[in-house]
Amino acid sequence: MASDSDSDGDFVTFGTPLEPLEEDEPLRKPVPLHEQTVKDEKGRYQRFHGAFTGGFSAGYFNTVGTKEGWTPATFVSSRQQKAGRQNARPEDFMDEEDLGDHGIAPRQITTTADFASGRKDVIRDKARAITSLSAPIPGDTVLEDLVAPARSSMGVELLRKMGWKDGQGVGPRVKRRLCKQRADSGTRAFVSASPPNGLSGSQDEEDGEFVPENVTFAPKDVTPIDFTPKVDLHGLGYRGLNPLAALRGGPGAGHINLFTMDSDRSNSLFGEDRKGQRRRGGVAGQGFGVGAMEDDDEDIYHRDIMSNYDTVLGGEEPGDGLYGWTAPQQYNRKKKDHSKDAAYLGKILEGFTLASDKLETKTIFPPPNLPRDFRPVHYFRPVVDLSSVSPMVAQALQTSRGHMAQEEPSKGGRHQLDSAQRRELLGEATLQGPSSVFDLLKVEDRERLSGLRRPSSDTSSGPRQPTPGRPEQLCSGCRDSPAAARASAQKALSSRFTPHAEQQQQEALSVWSGPTAQAQTGQTFKPFERTPHKQARYDLYIDQLKQGDRDALELSLDPTMTEWERGRERDEFVRAALLYKPSSSSLSCRFTRGKQDDGVEADTVEVTRDQENDVDDKQAAVKMKMFGKLTRDTFEWHPDNLLCKRFNVPDPYPGSGFVGMPKVKRDKFSVFNFLTVSESPTASASPAPQGVKPSEPGKRSRWDVSGQAGNKERKEKDPVSEFLSVARIEASGSGPEASTTDGPTTDPTVEPDTEQKDEEEEEEESRPSMDLFKAIFASSSDEKSSSSSEGESEEEEEEKEEGVRSKAGTGPQISNQLNVNTTQPAPPVSTTPSQNPDVVFKMPSGPAAAPPPRDQEMEEEEFGPRLPPPSSTLTAERRPSPTPSAKDDKHKKKCKEKHKAKKHGKHKKDKKKKKNKRHKHKGKQKKSSRKEESSDSSSEGSDGNSQEDGEEGGGVSTEELLRRLKGIRGKNLQ
Amino acid sequence: MSFPQPKPEVPQLPQNLLRTIDCQQGAVRAVRFNADGNYLLSCGSDKSLKLWSVSRGTLLKTYSGHGYEVLDADGSYDNSQLCSCSSDKTVILWDVATGQVTRKLRGHAGKVNCVQFNEEATVILSGSIDGTVRCWDTRSRKFDPIQILDEAQDGVSSLKVSEHELLTGSVDGRVRRYDLRMGQLHVDFINSPITCVCFSADGQCTLTSSLDSTVRLLDKSTGEMLGEYTGHKMKGYKLDCCLSSKDTHVLSCSEDGHVYCWDLVEGSLMLKLPVGKAVVQSLSFHPSETRLLTAMEGRVQVWGADCTYEYGTWTK
Repeated sequence: MASDSDSDGDFVTFGTPLEPLEEDEPLRKPVPLHEQTVKDEKGRYQRFHGAFTGGFSAGYFNTVGTKEGWTPATFVSSRQQKAGRQNARPEDFMDEEDLGDHGIAPRQITTTADFASGRKDVIRDKARAITSLSAPIPGDTVLEDLVAPARSSMGVELLRKMGWKDGQGVGPRVKRRLCKQRADSGTRAFVSASPPNGLSGSQDEEDGEFVPENVTFAPKDVTPIDFTPKVDLHGLGYRGLNPLAALRGGPGAGHINLFTMDSDRSNSLFGEDRKGQRRRGGVAGQGFGVGAMEDDDEDIYHRDIMSNYDTVLGGEEPGDGLYGWTAPQQYNRKKKDHSKDAAYLGKILEGFTLASDKLETKTIFPPPNLPRDFRPVHYFRPVVDLSSVSPMVAQALQTSRGHMAQEEPSKGGRHQLDSAQRRELLGEATLQGPSSVFDLLKVEDRERLSGLRRPSSDTSSGPRQPTPGRPEQLCSGCRDSPAAARASAQKALSSRFTPHAEQQQQEALSVWSGPTAQAQTGQTFKPFERTPHKQARYDLYIDQLKQGDRDALELSLDPTMTEWERGRERDEFVRAALLYKPSSSSLSCRFTRGKQDDGVEADTVEVTRDQENDVDDKQAAVKMKMFGKLTRDTFEWHPDNLLCKRFNVPDPYPGSGFVGMPKVKRDKFSVFNFLTVSESPTASASPAPQGVKPSEPGKRSRWDVSGQAGNKERKEKDPVSEFLSVARIEASGSGPEASTTDGPTTDPTVEPDTEQKDEEEEEEESRPSMDLFKAIFASSSDEKSSSSSEGESEEEEEEKEEGVRSKAGTGPQISNQLNVNTTQPAPPVSTTPSQNPDVVFKMPSGPAAAPPPRDQEMEEEEFGPRLPPPSSTLTAERRPSPTPSAKDDKHKKKCKEKHKAKKHGKHKKDKKKKKNKRHKHKGKQKKSSRKEESSDSSSEGSDGNSQEDGEEGGGVSTEELLRRLKGIRGKNLQ
Repeated sequence: MSFPQPKPEVPQLPQNLLRTIDCQQGAVRAVRFNADGNYLLSCGSDKSLKLWSVSRGTLLKTYSGHGYEVLDADGSYDNSQLCSCSSDKTVILWDVATGQVTRKLRGHAGKVNCVQFNEEATVILSGSIDGTVRCWDTRSRKFDPIQILDEAQDGVSSLKVSEHELLTGSVDGRVRRYDLRMGQLHVDFINSPITCVCFSADGQCTLTSSLDSTVRLLDKSTGEMLGEYTGHKMKGYKLDCCLSSKDTHVLSCSEDGHVYCWDLVEGSLMLKLPVGKAVVQSLSFHPSETRLLTAMEGRVQVWGADCTYEYGTWTK
């Protein structure tokens, strides 16, 4: 019951512990006295009869033993077996309680005398001292010394076997140093406890200062400290008159030093005579006069000698072996020689060997390997914040750093990185909030500041001499003369392309050389990612813009390109730089980055990796009632970790970082993603196209119509596509509304308007094919534009497809009533009055089936399986005949149905049209999908299909369009 | 001398009307037994959820807080909590005793068709017409679902939870079984909008009713069809089906005002229970006894196997 396992041996607990108190436990009644019982360890009741009358009852009604009483030991003696003498021990009369822990004779494990420590019992010592005083030879314990103990303890035995002798200390033998002991009578301190046969002889030698070189001695014994408790009322160290000694004339009678040192006292105890001390009788002591029979010269007034006392703090003299309680002092040890010590060790302690190696070996680490190009010279570089100085100065500074400084940033030296670079390396998120003070300024102020700064930097960097750094990286001042001529020529040329080019370049420069742009490294938009060379040139351009180079554009362009190409690229670069200018971070911190990038680089979408098998096959299987493998798809699905926890199941994918179905990135506008969609109209005979939608962003229910529109708007900011669209307008000449890809015009599912439909068809006919655009732009590494426009067009197509599909879906199929994705406004159940007359018939059967107007609204939104009509809350009429309101309802329904039917007709018509148009395409696609079973591999093929599709749709020939486009361009150039 | 084997007891069918409860809450959209079958929950179209004692037929509590008609409800295993879902796009967790709303969970984009507790009532699963199943945590204070299962391509009409599996039926004609332990999703194609899905009591089969007026019993592990039950009419409404407590019979609502009861193994129609003239909207089988609840219009009816009904106070 001890609380701790460590202290188990130390504590014995009695009684039963109190039950732990609980917080909101009701108070229990105290147990009445007569019910408070005590049991012993055997479960017998013990009656408490008062602390003063013996505590608990014991034995049998406070008697010994049992009911029969105490049975004495029987004594049997026979001829063969003589009864031995019975030695009654006290234990014979004790019961187990007496022998218990708290009894009078506790049984516990004790060290036997054999193994008891050799230190003498203090009490016994005292007794001995007293007896020695009263001994026939007072002061001597001769008899006891003579009568040696029969047994010595085991420790002493062992020590003796190892060569230890009584009186010696334990330890390696030492070469005794010269003792600085004075042969003073008052201070005989050491080896006094040694027995007479011991070292007393050697002590004399010591005293005689004879110290032979090669003789060693055992160390001095340690005098145990007297731990006798002080029981008298005297002052410390005071010894009162001993009446016995006074009468008998004890050893100290004549000269009682009331203040003696311990050693003196022990001397007296051991009965060692002092020099010149005589035994005398009579009362003597301090304060007593000299008796008549005593000599006068005895100084009765004890004068203490100051040399008895230590006058200096700081421990004993060296050589004094009486270390006492405190540990031996360090100065002794310090002077010891290690090797000498070791030499003795081997001699003394046999069976022990000296450790061959030292305990603590120092591990030495080799110095780090220096890198080969390490130079033990430190460069002190001026620490200049590049963003705070003008770009020109910054560049000059960079150049002046010399070769090393130029190389290190490319290697990514840790100290060369600024915080943005480090952040990028570590993959950390951008800090929120403005990164620079400049961000907090207004735009005008900033421009003004930069305007102030630029001229000054120009002048300062102008006369700089080129440093012996990198010859190519000369400062701009030296480069000016040849570059200027070239630039002027090119500017003149470029001005032909764009009248505002100069202005735009200036603008781009001012934007990109601002401090916010400096901060935003690595986040720049990559508009020309499709063509790495072009992107590299663009990057160079942007970099130099950031440096503040005026002729950044000319430097970054490829000189091997033709003038025309360069002109066009220049134009593109400037426009791109202006469009994707770094947003000021005070503004940007208000927005979060989109999870799905809408830019050009994000022309991939996340699509679930596992796609369903062919729906046609499944439908066939269902028809044949062959459920099982054919109709079953099994996908990997990752449940949320918390969900698993709540369901008490282990997470099947412990390390997976996502939930749901695994996703893969696919080309956003790959026709493959919508392969199943385009396929579904072909399967219009079978009544289940509603499940064929791709389940990812392509999945469009009415919930995300607005999101799509927003997407499109954003997309239109793309400059090149803008340009393209302009070109398209001019080429087709069908007006701006045909080219815009805004939601309402092209999304027929939202507003199935006939006029718009016509428009759309017209557009489709008049629009040039994608191949044309590719043919124009692909050569000049302008793939980005073509891809984006392709994406748009495909998106449009896809939308149309969807429209078709939805129309097809709402067609003659009954099961489609439940389709959420159909955007028809009418309630689904009512679509089939003829096939499902029961529904309509049943309506009145519900008592007072007229729903409130709000019900009506809701009903228009309902798409799931319809609920039966609500019954009336009135109990009075349980089965009423159809009420007028019910009739109304019915009427309404019928109206709706009519409307619906009209729509259906229209849809069907539309569908037919479309079908005719798309027939070929569909067939092809179907073939391709059949051919390639694995869905992933078929994406390329479907891409091809889309292009073919475009070709078919194009009404204008390619050559014609090309010609027109060139015309536009020419117009632009002039 | 050997005694003949005791003849196995013929499973009885709930063919006797024991009680009719007029719920007075508009049309009853769903009726459900609680976990032990002593109480029933009726979901009314007047936005209220009511708790009744089956034995006495008395109203115990009315839970009001929904904004539109209540479509489904479920009770937790310990009868301490209820959950219900509604056309108002919310799921509500109720405290049974006080009748207070413990949590109102918003997030579905459309009306919520079905709701279910998991075994320990730590998660509420709700399926909505927006095509998602949302898993709501009842333990945390967060109002966001733990996970959204958006694999369905159309509205989720029915959903059931077993120990570690989640069975959903969707209008896209697919039955999806999410196996949390294996981390797999099994999709069975039925080709007709699913109205109701059930697990069998032994957990080996799934029961699926669809709008082609067919109830199908599928093997859970392989997806093979074990039985097909036809004869009833289910063409436009979302009606329930269920298995009897001992998996001996398959029951389904019908639009012709009957409850059809087939033998599970043979597939033969055993009972055509005339409930009324209108559509039998919902039904629920007692978890252990032969007791059936049906909901038609504003009434809930209790059906039992025999007339000697221990509930005492009923009058026939």
